[in-house]
Amino acid sequence: MSEDVLVKVEGAYKHFPIKQGIIFKHEVARVHAVDGVDLEVRRGETLGIVGESGCGKSTLARCITGLHPLTKGRILFEGKEVGPTPDKAFRREVQMIFQDPYGSLNPRRRVGSIIGDPFDIHGIADGAERKRRVQELMELVGLNPEHYNRFPAEFSGGQRQRIGVARALALKPKLIVCDEPVSALDVSIQAQVINLLKDLQDELGLTYIFIAHDLSVVEYVSDRVAVMYLGKVTENAEAEELYAKPRHPYTNALLSAASVADPDEAEKRERIILTGDVPSPINPPPACRFHPRCPKAQAICSTEEPPLVPREGDLPDHLTACHFPVQLGEHLTQARAGIAQESTEPTLGVSE
Amino acid sequence: MSLTELAADAVPADAEPSGRKIQGRSPFRLAMSRLMHDKMAVASIVVLVLIILFAIGAPLLASWTGHPYGAQYPDIARDSWGLPKGPSKQFWLGADPLGRDVLVRAAYGARISLFVGIAATVLATLIGVVIGVLAGYIGGAVDAILARFMDVVLSFPYLLVAIVIATTFRPHSTWLSLLLTITVIAIFSFAAMARIVRGQVISLKEKEFIEAARSLGAGRMRIMFVDILPNLVAPVTVLSSLLVPTSIVFEATLSFLGVGIQPPMPSWGSMLNDADYRSSLWLLFVPGGLLLLTTLAFNLLGDGIRDAFDPRSERLITRK
Repeated sequence: MSEDVLVKVEGAYKHFPIKQGIIFKHEVARVHAVDGVDLEVRRGETLGIVGESGCGKSTLARCITGLHPLTKGRILFEGKEVGPTPDKAFRREVQMIFQDPYGSLNPRRRVGSIIGDPFDIHGIADGAERKRRVQELMELVGLNPEHYNRFPAEFSGGQRQRIGVARALALKPKLIVCDEPVSALDVSIQAQVINLLKDLQDELGLTYIFIAHDLSVVEYVSDRVAVMYLGKVTENAEAEELYAKPRHPYTNALLSAASVADPDEAEKRERIILTGDVPSPINPPPACRFHPRCPKAQAICSTEEPPLVPREGDLPDHLTACHFPVQLGEHLTQARAGIAQESTEPTLGVSE
Repeated sequence: MSLTELAADAVPADAEPSGRKIQGRSPFRLAMSRLMHDKMAVASIVVLVLIILFAIGAPLLASWTGHPYGAQYPDIARDSWGLPKGPSKQFWLGADPLGRDVLVRAAYGARISLFVGIAATVLATLIGVVIGVLAGYIGGAVDAILARFMDVVLSFPYLLVAIVIATTFRPHSTWLSLLLTITVIAIFSFAAMARIVRGQVISLKEKEFIEAARSLGAGRMRIMFVDILPNLVAPVTVLSSLLVPTSIVFEATLSFLGVGIQPPMPSWGSMLNDADYRSSLWLLFVPGGLLLLTTLAFNLLGDGIRDAFDPRSERLITRK
């Protein structure tokens, strides 16, 4: 199994200091964006990462692509450690597709030079050869190569995201980290971009880390899924397994909040309402991060951190960080029904 | 919206309908076309072109009037009291106390004033952009030092310091005085440019396209000057177009005080210095009027450029 591991994240921490002071800045607090994450991405697969806004999934993505150096821990790419300032060889292998198709393309540069940038930076091709390659890429992602000289402002959101995909593909990378690549797009366009990504994966043998907060999108694209909450991975399993048999109470709550197309189905479903807000990552709760909101929480949850390991009766790669994993058919709503009713606090779990 | 978008995405190989080739228009060209629809800006451009022609045509004027550059006519251009004569057939715009033709001097002075104004602006813009980009992008200690440096420069009583610099390094040749004047103006103008550029860069560097460039492996220099610089074209163009008239007035002020351009080289400011206002009003109105016209035209053009680059910005003067 270790043979086909492309990326291995070991005990990754990323804290952002909050500084104050006019002349001598000193750290007054830190945002625990990523707080002890272990992950593995296998060659050729798609690992989905889901979680609410602010759970650290985008920061984790940026750490993996080497945009942010880790505070602690390490990331191995093909068995080699990625340092705080990755070299060009690493940059060539790992690319990123960004969330905002408007913000991620330089508005003052032509599409041809945006997509051609990687060739320039790595000294691979220039002049007519560069133009030919850029046009090939544009064709590959379904753009009209004639539009080589246009500016990003002249394209629609979906087309812009295709430009972003073409740029990411230019260097024939092994890994592409997609940071919510479709959440800024119209639903119909989302499907096109996702299908494009899937086709390209089959064609070019790419490995994806796919970050999203839309559970149905993640279910559709991912081979395996990791659920994050406040900078930690709470559950990690095969996509089908995770959706069919979620063990962590948080995963259950997330899944119950996802919208279902069939209204009858939606009616029947048990909706788990979480109390309170997501705690601040500046001052996260001790031990299990989820315990203040968890319907199953007990004393041990606030004193001892549950390890991310396979739980009883699960497949060996279904990992759950919970002392009291949810059993199939268990009614989570009843566990804290009393509190849920008293509380007038807004519901919830998943933003959007 | 989604339907048309869908269609556009689904059929990427769309043929241009009319057979007309659709040319991508750069934001710069869009701004230029907006500028050309601004009557005030176009009028300013016309005025500036006339003034530039006036400056370029200085030798031509000299040969038409028959009064070469620097020639003095103490006998015919002055009355029996030794005072300069006013506009006449021979001296269209009158003569100065040394008996020189004011028209010819004003034309040669236009060369100096425009040259100093533009050269100082270019120099100030270069220094300002480089310092602003470095401070904004690198941040940290570099930014702290550069930002404090800008604050110090901005808080100096610039006129006093300029006078001290100009008198301390009192140049021996007029060309050196020209260089010194340009340098002094640039030193006191770059800070405003650097501050604005720094602010822009700080907001630009958080944009995703900069992260994209970093993840592609682009180095700092490349990001600063290939990715960020094109995004500064609008604010820098606007600011430098407004810096030109300021520099021209700065030069005139220094020269008027006798610490800028040294005689016999003419500049509008030193011509004002020559003026004996009580009796010879033309000595005041010719260089003064040219100065006013030029700075007004540059300011209006600068406003127009700002409107053209940023249509959302509020106009200082509402006009239609």
